[in-house]
Amino acid sequence: MGGNYNNQIISEKMISIEEFIKTLEAEFEELQPGTLKPETKFTDLDEWSSMHSLIIIALIDTEYDVTITGEDLMSIKKVEELYTIVKDRHTT
Amino acid sequence: MAFFSIQNIAVKGIAAAVPAQEESNWDYALLTESEKKLLIKTTGVEKRRRAPKGMATSDLCFEAAKTLLAELNWEKEEIDALVFVSQSSDYYLPATAIILQDRLGLPKSCLAFDIGLGCSGYVYGLSVLSSLLSASGLKKALLMVGDVSTATCSVEDKSTYPLFGDAGTVTALQFDKAASPITFSLNSDGSGFKAIIIEDGGIRNLASPESFVLKDVAKGIKRAGLNLALNGLDVFNFSVTEVPASLKEFLRKTESNTDSFDYFIMHQANKLMNETIRKKIGFPVEKVPYSISKYGNTSSASIPLTIVSELRDIVVKGETEFLLAGFGVGLSWGIASFNVKNLVCPKIIEV
Repeated sequence: MGGNYNNQIISEKMISIEEFIKTLEAEFEELQPGTLKPETKFTDLDEWSSMHSLIIIALIDTEYDVTITGEDLMSIKKVEELYTIVKDRHTT
Repeated sequence: MAFFSIQNIAVKGIAAAVPAQEESNWDYALLTESEKKLLIKTTGVEKRRRAPKGMATSDLCFEAAKTLLAELNWEKEEIDALVFVSQSSDYYLPATAIILQDRLGLPKSCLAFDIGLGCSGYVYGLSVLSSLLSASGLKKALLMVGDVSTATCSVEDKSTYPLFGDAGTVTALQFDKAASPITFSLNSDGSGFKAIIIEDGGIRNLASPESFVLKDVAKGIKRAGLNLALNGLDVFNFSVTEVPASLKEFLRKTESNTDSFDYFIMHQANKLMNETIRKKIGFPVEKVPYSISKYGNTSSASIPLTIVSELRDIVVKGETEFLLAGFGVGLSWGIASFNVKNLVCPKIIEV
């Protein structure tokens, strides 16, 4: 065996940040559509809690097959930073 | 690689006992109404059973075993082995299994010992006891599995207290040439040992007056060194990556798929986490029962408790094929597949 298929895998097309935000808002059902902007800080949202971190990890895992760690979430402040991580890992 | 099959062992009966005292997360004062709603929706835990002070796991297992032995019509003299799997033993020493041997009136010729595992404990215990019976030719054995986790959770820690419930179970195993093999995959990753931990009270950090002092860890999290500490995000990530990978490997090695099993029973850890695993493996909703809304995360008891609580009417007649997955504290995880025929399964016992 040992065949080496360097970067031959063509990944599914990654969605735009607008669609990404829509998906997040749908998952946090207490959020009004339009609340999240690329520059929104997660911790500025009302009632932000560790439960939301779990919801984000589960959503990104099932929707995009990307693993987000607790450390990632500690370092991320804004919605667009999360989107960038998902996009980068999705295509590599 | 700990992947193996054990021959000639039949699972004949399963019983579970819970404390009568019930608590609801709607009454948990540390959370606001919207936090309660989010917690219950995300974790799935609505109600939990809480053992009163002094009630030990062995008390619950004892009641379950008394009932199961009567329904199985097994004579006490016939029991050759008793294994107790728990992280909430009666005493620092001796082993709780030995106390249970005497309390149940089992013969002195019965071997008895403890295994110290949590969320993965049912699968591990099943592997140890079935291997022992299969290799030795001993005939009948009891696997007693459970935890009283509420005793070690700080009431003022919203990251642990609303999640855990108490339960004790017993599973009866018998040497039986006609039994289908039980297949196991057992795994460990000690690099994550701090993800779920009680820091003090062992030899590493001997209990001291300091061990009882509640400390502010974060907003809504006050706990002492003798309390359970849980890093939810680390456990979540471990569970939704390692567990599905091992499950896929297990299905590949056993040349089986989701159609090969009637039910997939997961350790009842967290509804969102378990649902993520379920979706990754592709099991349909109706094959994956939950008891977590009624009993919370009951540690090692959660797999047998879910079988008794959710599938009792089904398992008592005909054949049922099970796939099990236990995962968590350690970090440790195990997968097992087995089949039961006309399982003896009394109703849940309240103590």
